[in-house]
Amino acid sequence: MNDVVISARGLGKRYLIGHETVDRNQTFRERIMAGAGGLARNLAKTARGEQLVQGEVEEFWALKDVNFDIRRGDTVGIIGRNGAGKSTLLKILSRITEPTTGRVDIRGRVASLLEVGTGFHPELTGRENIFLNGAILGMSRAEIRRKLDEIIHFAGVEKFLDTPVKRYSSGMRVRLAFSVAAHLEPEILIIDEVLAVGDAEFQSKCLGKMEDVAQQGRTVLFVSHNMAAVSRLCEQAMLLTDGRSAGVGAIDEVFAAYRGATSNILSSGARRDLRDHNDRYGSGDTKFSSIVLLDSRGIASSEICFGESISLLIEFSGPVPRDAVISALCLSPEDHRVLQIVSDDDPTFSIGSIDRHAIRVHVANLPLQPGQFNLLIGLHDQSMQPLDVVRNAYSFRVVEHPEKQRRRHAATAKNGYCTTTSVWTVEIEKCAFSG
Amino acid sequence: MTDATALDLPQENAAGTPAERHLVIEPGRLDRNYWSDLWAYRELFIVLAWRDVAVRYKQAALGAAWAVVRPLLAVFVFTIIFGRVAQLPSEPGVPYPVMVYAGMLPWMLISTILGDASNSLVSNAGMIGKIYYPRIITPAASSIVSLVDFAVSFAVFLLLMLAFLYVPSWKILFLPVFIVYAVAMALGPALYLASLNVRYRDFRFIVPFVVQFGLYISPVGFSSEVVPEGWRLLYSLNPAVSAIDGFRWCILGGEIWWPGFLLGLGVTGLMLWAGIRTFRRTERQFADYI
Repeated sequence: MNDVVISARGLGKRYLIGHETVDRNQTFRERIMAGAGGLARNLAKTARGEQLVQGEVEEFWALKDVNFDIRRGDTVGIIGRNGAGKSTLLKILSRITEPTTGRVDIRGRVASLLEVGTGFHPELTGRENIFLNGAILGMSRAEIRRKLDEIIHFAGVEKFLDTPVKRYSSGMRVRLAFSVAAHLEPEILIIDEVLAVGDAEFQSKCLGKMEDVAQQGRTVLFVSHNMAAVSRLCEQAMLLTDGRSAGVGAIDEVFAAYRGATSNILSSGARRDLRDHNDRYGSGDTKFSSIVLLDSRGIASSEICFGESISLLIEFSGPVPRDAVISALCLSPEDHRVLQIVSDDDPTFSIGSIDRHAIRVHVANLPLQPGQFNLLIGLHDQSMQPLDVVRNAYSFRVVEHPEKQRRRHAATAKNGYCTTTSVWTVEIEKCAFSG
Repeated sequence: MTDATALDLPQENAAGTPAERHLVIEPGRLDRNYWSDLWAYRELFIVLAWRDVAVRYKQAALGAAWAVVRPLLAVFVFTIIFGRVAQLPSEPGVPYPVMVYAGMLPWMLISTILGDASNSLVSNAGMIGKIYYPRIITPAASSIVSLVDFAVSFAVFLLLMLAFLYVPSWKILFLPVFIVYAVAMALGPALYLASLNVRYRDFRFIVPFVVQFGLYISPVGFSSEVVPEGWRLLYSLNPAVSAIDGFRWCILGGEIWWPGFLLGLGVTGLMLWAGIRTFRRTERQFADYI
């Protein structure tokens, strides 16, 4: 008997990302014409079912060559950083989107819970929404009718059953939605971070319910940031890193790898220790303690290919103030500040109550031309008072990308330190002053 | 092992567990077993249709009254303008309001399907991003609402005929055929517009325009008999003409002008084919774009 219920081979998902490019010298008429022509082309493409992007196209593999096997009755946690491909994997497994490459074999009835209360309609009553949501999750009406009392009791909404859901408190709505989902009886259950809702008491009730599900010998795939929840529920885990996976392993090993992915780099010799660095100023108690530059493969490096993505891993000694601004400036050999990378640029970033004292910043396309650069890193408070500013924190070299051959004049650093993509066209009509 | 079907039948688990399902996910897999997959999700179709109907009649204070008031008002206005002011002839032996209403019925059906179905994907964006099901269920379920409205309007039509002491011809038995035809006629362009609407929300603005414009180029307020002989074939390129003529033939009797009707039938078939084809080609990307 083959006991593998989910088997993925060579799974990949590619997205094409467009970078909008606007030619400033277009006349209004040309732009309208280009727009109309582009629209017509795009419509034709859309109708043919081709993927469509505007401007310069970049490939992005959200998942690449992912292989894993999950056996019957396993509870597997899927962990990884934001953007590591967890959601994409779930969407493929629940057939919401198709993979670009590879194949998955699933044996058994699947229910996926990427959200609680999908399809809930505020105008409908609680009872009506139970039937609606149940059908959306794949229950038959007969099945829902059979479990109706149980669902209502679990949610604790007996009194409001015939009230439109729009009058429910958000807590009641979540309880009702989860209760429907909890009464699914699939052989394989795929759950996204739905536990991140509701009050603590209800969350614990949900976890308990899911433990029951797992103990009934059903297969559970559980994606969460909540490590405590993953370790309570799952015996095994799979780590996704930049769309790749090392397969399913015992939870302790995978957790260690997850923590190690960060700590290994920090403890390796590649990082630059800044604790005894003297070329610095600032008044704060918190200091930069180390920095390391990672290339697009996530390997510590001091040589970066032109146009590639980079990450900086920065460690601090002591707690970082909540409202601090962290910046990294790239300096040319002549000490010109040619590029700034500032934490305020990312509106979603907040230091919060940081206890690990490490921060990662990612730059998708480093616009620096080939040459030697030096990093200055700064920690400022909200009124831009320097807490710690370190000069010559790290030096690195940008080299021409071996696979993307650019023409000679584009590659020279003599005309500027940074470069941006541009689109060049020949004007057919004469300009007003050229006779 | 080799028996790979891309099916999981959500509603059959309740009654005994059949042989274990084997689901295969790979690029392009969605295309195979498309129609059997659709059948497997029929229960969801029923529930979504029921939801749309329930919501439609719950939110509007006048509820079903809208399905009564709208066609009656339109018939009143058209009778005044085309029947009285423009002095256009009705079909022989038929009161003008009855003739207009017989054309208004299919037109209302077509235009509401066109409007609702083409918007349905965008208004169900949450579901599309979070749950797998054959996406065509969404526009199909939304057109059920239009059919319910149609049923109400049809009941009013029976009262109207009673008021004019008009007895429809025996051919009214064929009416279900033409109801299906009108739905198919509207679904073709609606599916096309719905799938383009996912990518370009501009199409939301095009639909009301098409519907408004269509009212003038379709024989709603007048009989298609008044169109000059030389123009009739061109006029019949509008497939709504064949649907409306079909309704009038069922209810009022008279003759069908076959060249025009067949042309309309051909256009409808072509649009339905193109609509389904476009929808199927784009639907696997809906979740990525919506």
